[in-house]
Amino acid sequence: MTLRNPPLREVHAERDAKFTEFGGWDMPVEFDSIRAEHAAVREAAGVFDVSHMGEIEVAGPDATALLNRLTTNDVTALSPGDAQYAAITREDGVMLDDTVVYRLPDEERTDETPGTVPAYLFIPNAGHDAEMHERWVDHRDQWGLDCEVRNVTEDWAMFAVQGPEAPDLVAGAVDDGGPDVLDLPKFSATFAPFAGVECWVARTGYTGEDGFEVLCPWADAEAVWALFADDATPCGLGARDTLRIEQGFLLSGQDFHPEEEPRTPYEADIGFAVDLDAEFVGRDALAAQAEAGVEETFVGIELLDRGVPRHGYDVTNEDGHVVGTVTSGTMSPSLDKPIALGYLPVDLTDPGTEVNVVVRGREKRAKVVSVPFE
Amino acid sequence: MSFDVPEDLRYRESHEWIDPETGRVGISEFAQDELGDVVFVELPGEGDAVEAGGEFGVVESIKAVSDLYAPVSGEVVAVNEALFDAPELVNDDPFGDGWMLELDFDEGELDDLLSADEYRDQIA
Repeated sequence: MTLRNPPLREVHAERDAKFTEFGGWDMPVEFDSIRAEHAAVREAAGVFDVSHMGEIEVAGPDATALLNRLTTNDVTALSPGDAQYAAITREDGVMLDDTVVYRLPDEERTDETPGTVPAYLFIPNAGHDAEMHERWVDHRDQWGLDCEVRNVTEDWAMFAVQGPEAPDLVAGAVDDGGPDVLDLPKFSATFAPFAGVECWVARTGYTGEDGFEVLCPWADAEAVWALFADDATPCGLGARDTLRIEQGFLLSGQDFHPEEEPRTPYEADIGFAVDLDAEFVGRDALAAQAEAGVEETFVGIELLDRGVPRHGYDVTNEDGHVVGTVTSGTMSPSLDKPIALGYLPVDLTDPGTEVNVVVRGREKRAKVVSVPFE
Repeated sequence: MSFDVPEDLRYRESHEWIDPETGRVGISEFAQDELGDVVFVELPGEGDAVEAGGEFGVVESIKAVSDLYAPVSGEVVAVNEALFDAPELVNDDPFGDGWMLELDFDEGELDDLLSADEYRDQIA
């Protein structure tokens, strides 16, 4: 399979980054040391090239209606510049993906349809852009809605600048005369010029730290990256993974997957991203589950014995029966202890509950803990 | 990027080295670089037997887990217990403080291993 390259593939290679396949993309996994990159984000600032994330634009009179019917949250609550986390579910409530939906400034229409219409940008996970584009177009046509759906994944590069020093770094990189992005509340966004290029800058991220995500035109990626890469530590997907695991954040395709790990938003502990007052695909199944309760839910697990929990390892109860599976695990660089995420029956999810993780055939003592890990 | 490959050691294709003089065993600089930050090492105990080509332990980095293979057969006469508390020594000094085992071994098996030049060619 031919891998898709982010626009700065060669720039990263010149910096001796190591690469890995992720979602069909050839992405930097590590520049120097995952541990050092992780620490930079927790203590100062790191910059990630996340140009493998998908971008889909939806604009037109019925754009709000289409997004509201295909994502689990209430898109009508968004004003221009607002962002919202949501799941994308099928009829049975199982998550196909998770996403952030941005409401863009309203678009001016053409002569044929005068006035302004709402416009959105949403971010499917790596490798999901074609599938989500098709899903949106099919449903738009099926429901007879009036809006344009464009897959702009290869129009926009995306960088995440994260860490306690990231806000000042990004604010200082805005061109003279641009907005003060420090005024942006969390989960809001605006257009701002960087290196003479109009970018979409959002106070969002996936590391648990303050910071921004900056989307810039693919062709200008190198100039914008350079604004951050000198003052923030370039980080790969390895550090991104350890950072998000420490926070208990889901990784699409690993912590949930429509075939291999079919999970609903309630099981995945992101019920806050579901608004049952909206009419979306999967809503009825989720309403039923909200009423009946879930049988299993997503938890944090801390190993008490030595070892490193990994994706796919069994979790057993005190009697040695398999009760769950690790969906993500690592040695936490910040906490210097082995941590894992996975699903357990609800009667085993109270913090402090003792379980085991089977590491290469051997049961290691572990306990259920709240996330974020601490 | 070029890696240190000491002349006086012998190497296994799976990136372990042995010092024929001392019987010390570890992994190469190339291997630790491929693994990234080492966070855990599982090793046999003193007195255990290892067999050439057999698994003798595990080294785990943040991103990967990798089995360790004995370059020669022998008996474990010392284990680098410092690695249990400081596995990063494997990254910092793979041919020195990051050693793993010391073996009492049969020297005849050394001929089956790679010379420094041959190993350098393999990782080139």
